[in-house]
Amino acid sequence: MSTIAVEVIYRGIFQKTLAKHITRGIVLAARKEGKVGVAFGRYGDSPERNGIPAKQFAIVAEDDDELQISMAQYEPTQVDVTIAVDDTLCKGVESWAWYGLQPVNKLLKENGTLVVTSIHNPEDLIPHIHRKEVPYNIALVKGKTSFAGLWVYKDDHTDVRILGVLPRVAPQLFSSSSIEQMIRDEWNDDLKVASAERSFEKVQIRKVKPDEGNSETPYSFTMPGWKDMEEGLVVRAVPNGGQYEGHDGGYRPGRSPYFKKFATRTMRPVIDFTTCTKCTLCWLQCPDSCFDVTPDGYYEANMEACCGCGVCEAVCPVDKCVTMVNESEFADNASQWEMWRADKESYAGWLKGKIESRPEERSHGFHHRGQYESEKVEQTD
Amino acid sequence: MAVQAAAQSTVGKSGADDREMLISGCEAIAHACRLADIDVVTAYPIRPYDTLMQMISKMIADGDLDADYIVAESEHSQFEIVKHASAVGARVFVGSSGVGWFYAMEALAVTAGLRLPVVAVVGNRALDDPGAFGCEHNDALAVRDLGWMLTWVDVVQEAFDIALIAFRVAEDPRVFLPCALGLDGAFLTHSQSLVRVPSKEKVDQFLKPYDRGSKLLHPDNPITIAPQVNEDWLIEIRRQSDEAMKRSKGVIEDAYRDFNRIFGRNYSPFLEEYMTDDADVVLVGQGTLALPVKVTVRKLREKGKKVGFVRLKWFRPFPTEEVQDCLKKFKVVGIIDRDYSYGSPYSGGILYNEFRSALYDLPTRPKVYGFICGLGGREVTIDGVTEMINMMLETAKSNKVDREVVWIGVRE
Repeated sequence: MSTIAVEVIYRGIFQKTLAKHITRGIVLAARKEGKVGVAFGRYGDSPERNGIPAKQFAIVAEDDDELQISMAQYEPTQVDVTIAVDDTLCKGVESWAWYGLQPVNKLLKENGTLVVTSIHNPEDLIPHIHRKEVPYNIALVKGKTSFAGLWVYKDDHTDVRILGVLPRVAPQLFSSSSIEQMIRDEWNDDLKVASAERSFEKVQIRKVKPDEGNSETPYSFTMPGWKDMEEGLVVRAVPNGGQYEGHDGGYRPGRSPYFKKFATRTMRPVIDFTTCTKCTLCWLQCPDSCFDVTPDGYYEANMEACCGCGVCEAVCPVDKCVTMVNESEFADNASQWEMWRADKESYAGWLKGKIESRPEERSHGFHHRGQYESEKVEQTD
Repeated sequence: MAVQAAAQSTVGKSGADDREMLISGCEAIAHACRLADIDVVTAYPIRPYDTLMQMISKMIADGDLDADYIVAESEHSQFEIVKHASAVGARVFVGSSGVGWFYAMEALAVTAGLRLPVVAVVGNRALDDPGAFGCEHNDALAVRDLGWMLTWVDVVQEAFDIALIAFRVAEDPRVFLPCALGLDGAFLTHSQSLVRVPSKEKVDQFLKPYDRGSKLLHPDNPITIAPQVNEDWLIEIRRQSDEAMKRSKGVIEDAYRDFNRIFGRNYSPFLEEYMTDDADVVLVGQGTLALPVKVTVRKLREKGKKVGFVRLKWFRPFPTEEVQDCLKKFKVVGIIDRDYSYGSPYSGGILYNEFRSALYDLPTRPKVYGFICGLGGREVTIDGVTEMINMMLETAKSNKVDREVVWIGVRE
């Protein structure tokens, strides 16, 4: 059995072309060695929504008969390599096509490799990744997350930098010379070939043992059968919410008990309650009604409802009262207001640390989309 | 069932509080809408159904009916408007013909998908091109797979009666599916017969107000309908509609039981058997072609030929068991189609292939002919029907079918 399956997990729309370049590149490079293959996206992830996790796959086989076995199913149930082109996906995958949180390494075979692009180190990312019963490898391609747009592609070489490491992590796919030949044929670009070679040399690979990582059970729920579903395509409104949970007063709107946000975000708002003027704008403008009203009249973004769009930061009239911070800085969905209430001094320190963590590291949220400044040189160095 | 030449009289018998009126099929259905006290009706002109819209507007103008009458800018809007009105609890009525019905096709699909009990009339009309307006059944039959109940009638009295039954069945919460009445263009839409129109009190006994219950789209009952779904949900939703269509058969039977009791009729719900006792060969068909067939059968019975006729009343839900129980008794069955289905098995009509499929599991199957005739509103003649029956009688003797599907009344 020499069928090799690779999945690319990416942020919908902003990384669609990137994922396509990688999956196509895998099949075309394998073709240089006489293999056959298919590259495809999960149809269920489409129409893609801004930043929502989505998947594309590449499957390579020795011959057509072998390939057909893989093509006979909608998507692979096991993969040799998982590529996450945004490190915040290490927390898991939620998409259109299933409900709940899927561990990013769920489909990986034993001793398979999770390739991640990140400016962090593997040790920073592993605590976010759900534990797996079998060992696997993490391969780090150092670099910022590459976000483009719907109509433009940010050609920062992330595609070839990922393709370049595949001969290291999955030598059964193809050799480095096949990748280089493919890049020359497809792009006719020596700089891209150099990027792929450099990436092959610099990739950091580390074994992840079964007891390493996030020990939480990922959130899931059971889908109802046709007899239990309401007829007539009726979806009942969620009942009105009540008081802020665990307190007298305040208000928390009714929310779907099933559809919660986890890895949907790449950023989340952090809130300085000491400078908040309670102007209500964040609460009013949030497109997902994610703000809860605290008993003392503050507005707190509930992380089970926030999708990280950044509208709250954009509409807040107070400087640095609401600041969007990359999701990789956070380990859970805990309440910021509760933290602030418990110990205002340590909250101030926590907040300062988050805001100053990497202020330049923005992602795809509202008024931050794009970022088309060239980062090629920085990443190839 | 037996021989019941008088059971389906073309002239209604007056009850004490019934009014006898000389009206067309369209006008009869307008009276049914008046007595059903519809709330919303939409109009867009296309013949031959449009007399119906004129009659309803006249009733509203005369103060005989209180309903919102909305003139749409196209059939698509016409059917969308009643779909939405039905969702907010209005009893709705709508109609069209031929390519007008086709222009509403997107709305027709979503109405069934959403399980909204819209009652519609299709004044059956040939599909363009060539531009034509005579009767063919292909227009209404185009929705046969989508979750629309489909019924055809043969006389004006039945058009009135089944319109009331259609509201009751469609609006039953066990069903909640749209229902279309096929009304043969010209033969029923434009010709006037004597019809007994019952009192409002009687109709109220039969037909309760439309109650959407907890599925009512209303601010006091906050719900969303028609969400976007992916492959994780849709097959379950299709399965629900499948079950609703299966349930509709029992609901139709209940409705006929009550209808016969309240209005003093003797209808069977799905099939009308005419002179089928001891018959060797029977013709099967739907709509107004029943009349020339019945008259021909009568003539041939006088000559001692063992022939009969079975009229299909509901095409959806298709009465599979009833069809099997009925047709297994005969040696030869001829299915008459006032429609075509190019490239289908044996190039037969739509009814032909549905009936053949229903008969497949019988231990001994009758020989089956398909007869395509009356297209474009051409008359189905007594000579033509006699030609069909003679072929079938020949097969009853020889046990051989030379041509499975025969076009009748077409110039060679």
